[in-house]
This record gives sequence, structure tokens and C-alpha cells, in this order.
Amino acid sequence: MTASSAPFTPGPKIKEPRIRSGRLRPGAEQWSWRFMRISGPLLVVLILTHLFINLLTGDGVNQIDFAFVAGKWASPLWQVWDILMLVLAMLHGGNGMRLLINDYAHHATLRKVLHSALGVAVIGIIVLGALVIFTFDPCPLDADPSLLPSFCEDVR
Amino acid sequence: MWMWVVHRVTGVAIFFFLLVHVLDTALVRVSPEAYNEVIGSYKTPIYGLIEAGLVAAILLHAFNGLRIIAVDHSTWALRHQRQLVWGVWGLFGVLMVPFLIRHLGHVFGGA
Repeated sequence: MTASSAPFTPGPKIKEPRIRSGRLRPGAEQWSWRFMRISGPLLVVLILTHLFINLLTGDGVNQIDFAFVAGKWASPLWQVWDILMLVLAMLHGGNGMRLLINDYAHHATLRKVLHSALGVAVIGIIVLGALVIFTFDPCPLDADPSLLPSFCEDVR
Repeated sequence: MWMWVVHRVTGVAIFFFLLVHVLDTALVRVSPEAYNEVIGSYKTPIYGLIEAGLVAAILLHAFNGLRIIAVDHSTWALRHQRQLVWGVWGLFGVLMVPFLIRHLGHVFGGA
């Protein structure tokens, strides 16, 4: 650094959102930018806690099986936690992928195909994940009882 | 510039893992046996290492994302953005080392 004596002055503030894709639809892109800024820090908390609980407590990755998942989803806290994580992560990741497609897929047809595939994947995974969380049966009747969480004994 | 590349590469990797992860978790609706069999493969050494890489990608993407927000919102962070890059890698290292010790202990037996 040669200019250690000169005080740092930032240049003129560039209007938000400061991303290239902002050229196309300024209103929509500003919402996309805002969403990334809001969902990002939320996802840091949601996902780091998820990783801590699942991989570091107890027996770590070895503890994860059907009974472990059933035990977690018996609590509304983890149901809400997981649905929030699912929706925010898919929208955050899907929006990020959309920006990458804008940047790298130069051909209009290719871009359209990739955007459509992305939309189908994001909506499909959110719907599938939401159905799994909210229609989950921790004690299926035809299952081997040894694989089920211990509270299923009281349910039967 | 390099952090921009790191952010994109880790973001794409996490996105594709997320698709697979929701699909494997969806097997709890098929049967306990189906879920346990597939999730069992996550406990093998090769998947254990891939998981460690995934956790590394998530930590880097998370801390660098927070750095981007900080740089955008405060001129102090903008002035110190280079030091903040070292902060990202430092925090990454501080969390990654104990994680690896515990996680690889679980994966390779012993702990």
C-alpha cells in the first residue's frame, strides 16, 4: 500500500442493486437482490444449527436414521425449522442459479430452456419437501418396529 | 476476484447437493428401510469426505456472503474488505478443524 497517508474516500455510491443483471428489470431485480440479503443471514443461522445438531451432537452422522428423523419431526420446532430452511434455501439457491444462467448462457433458446428446467426443479423440490415434512408418519403400521422411534410403542 | 469465484463455485455445489438431499430425505415417506439404506451410504468413508467438502463449501459461502453484505452496508467494512477476506478464511479454519476432527472420527470409526 503506497497511499497509507491519504485518507480513504469511497467513490460515488452506485444505485442498488449493484449487479449486472440489474439492467433488465430494475424493479424485479431489486427484489431479487433484497431477498438474497435477507435470506442469506437467516440461512447461515438455520443451516449451521442444522449441521451442528445432525453432525456434531451425539454420534454425528452415524446417529442419522429413520428413528432420528422421526424424533426430530415429532417437535413442531424442527418441522418449522426444516420447512423454512427448505423454502429459503431453494429460493436463494434457485435465484443464484438464475443469475449464473443470465451470465453464462448467451444463446436466448438455451437460456429459456435452462430457466424453465430451474423453475421446475425449484418448485418441484419445494412441493416434494413440504409434502414430506407435513404428511410424515413416524409410526407406519407395516414397518419393522425395531426401526421406529421408541414413542411408537405407546401409539400402537 | 478470487472470493467471487469461490462464492459462485461453492454456491453451485451447495445447490446441487440440496436437490439430492431433499430427494434422499423424501425416502422417509417410502419406508424406514429405504431411508436407512440410502442414508447408510452417507456414513461410508467416501461420502464422509464428500460431506466434509460440503460443510467446507457451506462455511465459506456463508462467511463470504456475510462479508459481501458488510462491505455493501458500511464504509468501514469497505475500507477493510481485504482484511475481512482473511477474516473469512480465519473463521473458516477455526470452525473447520474441530469439525473435521469430530466428523472424520465418526466416519472412520473410533470416536
